[in-house]
Amino acid sequence: MIPELGHFALVVALALAAAQAILPLVGAATGRGALMATARPIAAGQFIFVVGAFAALASCFVGNDFSVANVANNSNSTLPAHYRFAATWGSHEGSMLLWTLMLASWTFLVSIFSRHLPERMIARVLGVMGLVSMGFLLFMLLTSNPFDRMLPPAEEGRDLNPLLQDPGMVIHPPMLYMGYVGFSVAFAFALAALIEGRLDAAWARWSRPWTTAAWCFLTIGIALGSGWAYYELGWGGWWFWDPVENASFMPWLAGTALIHSLAVTEKRGTFRSWTVLLAIVAFSLSLVGTFLVRSGVLTSVHAFATDPRRGVFILLFLVVVIGGSLALFAWRAPKVGLGGGFAPVSRESMLLANNVLLTVALTAVMLGTLYPLFLDALNLGKISVGPPYFDTVFYPLMAPAIFLMAVGPVASWKQAALPDLWTRLRWALGAALVASILVPLVAGRFSVGKLLALWLAFWVVFAGAVQVWQRLKSAPQAGTWAKVCAQPLAWWGMTFAHLGIAVFILGVTLVRGYETEQDLRMSPGQKVEIGGYEFTFVGTREVPGPNYTAVQGEVQVRRPGSTAIVETMRPEKRTYHASGQTMTEADIDTGFTRDLYVSLGEPVGDGAWGVRIYHKPFVDWIWGGAFIMALGGFLAICDRRYRLRKAAVAAQAGLAAGGAKA
Amino acid sequence: MKNRTKRGLWIAAGLAGLGIAAALVLNAFQSNLVFFLTPSQVAANEAPRDRNFRIGGLVEAGSVARDRDGLTVRFRVTDTAKTIPVIYIGILPDLFREGKGVVAQGRIGSDGVFQAKEVLAKHDENYMPPEAAEALKKAGHPMDKGAFAGQKGTKK
Repeated sequence: MIPELGHFALVVALALAAAQAILPLVGAATGRGALMATARPIAAGQFIFVVGAFAALASCFVGNDFSVANVANNSNSTLPAHYRFAATWGSHEGSMLLWTLMLASWTFLVSIFSRHLPERMIARVLGVMGLVSMGFLLFMLLTSNPFDRMLPPAEEGRDLNPLLQDPGMVIHPPMLYMGYVGFSVAFAFALAALIEGRLDAAWARWSRPWTTAAWCFLTIGIALGSGWAYYELGWGGWWFWDPVENASFMPWLAGTALIHSLAVTEKRGTFRSWTVLLAIVAFSLSLVGTFLVRSGVLTSVHAFATDPRRGVFILLFLVVVIGGSLALFAWRAPKVGLGGGFAPVSRESMLLANNVLLTVALTAVMLGTLYPLFLDALNLGKISVGPPYFDTVFYPLMAPAIFLMAVGPVASWKQAALPDLWTRLRWALGAALVASILVPLVAGRFSVGKLLALWLAFWVVFAGAVQVWQRLKSAPQAGTWAKVCAQPLAWWGMTFAHLGIAVFILGVTLVRGYETEQDLRMSPGQKVEIGGYEFTFVGTREVPGPNYTAVQGEVQVRRPGSTAIVETMRPEKRTYHASGQTMTEADIDTGFTRDLYVSLGEPVGDGAWGVRIYHKPFVDWIWGGAFIMALGGFLAICDRRYRLRKAAVAAQAGLAAGGAKA
Repeated sequence: MKNRTKRGLWIAAGLAGLGIAAALVLNAFQSNLVFFLTPSQVAANEAPRDRNFRIGGLVEAGSVARDRDGLTVRFRVTDTAKTIPVIYIGILPDLFREGKGVVAQGRIGSDGVFQAKEVLAKHDENYMPPEAAEALKKAGHPMDKGAFAGQKGTKK
């Protein structure tokens, strides 16, 4: 009964999505207020039914209803309850439902927090989101119904892939999808502006917090995925330039360019068409990412059994959404206008450089990701593009962007003076140079790349510190805390996000430059010294788990010459009962300045094992940096000017109405 | 006029930058393409001598042998027509099994042994690397996809 109710809820949601797409758009085009006013209640209704469908599927998973094919294929009664719940989005069908749920939630949130927007605008925004939702609901109902029954019902499920039985995997997909789908808001705003033929600073201010929120979630989602690859795949790497990773990274690059371009559009009214184009690109890449990862075109832990009908549907959907919005852009963008000019040395020009560099990097990543797929699709042979390509292309492109990242916030809009910039930043420049030379002097292993990367990271940190100091010094308030509070949150947010990038670069550089990785054969009692620690392999024993049996190794970690145990590490080799699949579970001792990473290979006779021992300095700074970036984004969203603007917007709306008549 | 010249110069500089970027990208791309070859192609001497490539196929049953050090592994990869010996030093991924599909990346030594730098990790025991499936198909022994994907309606 519950699956049928869920299915029914999806059908109703589809009908509502269609209504949400058609009525408000028609209303906005013909100027009928009654039709435009339907947008909000319909969006709420659609949200309720999608939530209902999702709850129905979740209850099938938690309640072990193996008569539902999706449940039988992706869950098992011995699976712990929280993983049964997470298994709801562990399959293709379930993840599509999660996508739709996220879209319905964003739509609902937009409909609530948009009271101050002009009616016509919000009708168009919600209408466009309804169109997207319609596409996804149709896709689900036609090709991937999560509620399909199976006759006769299975007695037991086939289990969730053991690699996905992990807390990180429980939250990674929802976060990532929050990000992907969040760009649909920016996309809808962009299309609404194109249809309207009007785009100004107010428009940019409306769509900015939404875009930043989406970007924050995407950042967290990617960081979680990377962290998962680090501790779960047993290889100790955190980024492989794998197509699946690139699929989520491309929208991130576009989104990063977009939030910066939006800043210019809001503050200076420039870059308008470019901003709209980026909004379209960011969301299109989110769709492409979903398609690449979920359709089985790319083979990975994310890909499921492929069904050609699905591929055709998604391709058609992509063509309609991307092609349609680009056509609209080509037709209407000239109306939107370009905005004012600026001098070659100004904050605008630096943000322009940032956008150009990010876009070029995006194109390079896209080339490396999609080219092998095209060759394969055309039957011209199988190739792959290795990480060295991405490394050699990506780092040189990002270096100037990061250099400018420290200068941009200090430079004035419209026209900046180089001598002034020099006076303000020379100390940061010198301090960064000293710090980046000191690190290899103390820690050894000198290299040019490392020096440059460290210098950039310290440069961003010190230039940020200088800017904070100068702003606080010139603030009129009495007392430091009052001065801190007087600065806009958006500015603090930017400062934090940039600091996050610096922390991230430090993590990447230090782990690359100073890590030690060793695969070795270890007999019980054998010792090895790695990264300033002494590892002793004690032996292995069998340990039962909730739905697996594990061989658990014991490795004692000491400082050389000392008998005190710093840490006892217990890596496992698990065999899952339901699927019989073996899985390596590394044990990681996480520290502020280093991770110790031990995982078991295979038994090689006489109680000896192949053991993998890594010492990874500062590796956690990589994810720490990503979370600081996201924190910065969330701070920026909380800025007062996004909330205290009703009066200003009412005036704007009046103008807009006047403008529409004229 | 001066302003226009200036702007022209900036635009020219921008275009030059983009051109250099494009050249860098394409050059790096060209030198980092990793081609995929089947054991038959390698046996027919189609393999590049001086760069990395990938081979794929099945791990021949009974071919896996380990050296005394416990880390050096020798095995043979077959597409059922031809067989290539492979040597790999390190810890193999969880799903490396005799008779199962495998993809390895590395280069061919002068002794005809493929020196694998990487044996690719697979995420699911039922999963057949598409490169390996392709190799078997080319050698005239296509594997039924369903036998590997086995997603639908399989009951315990």
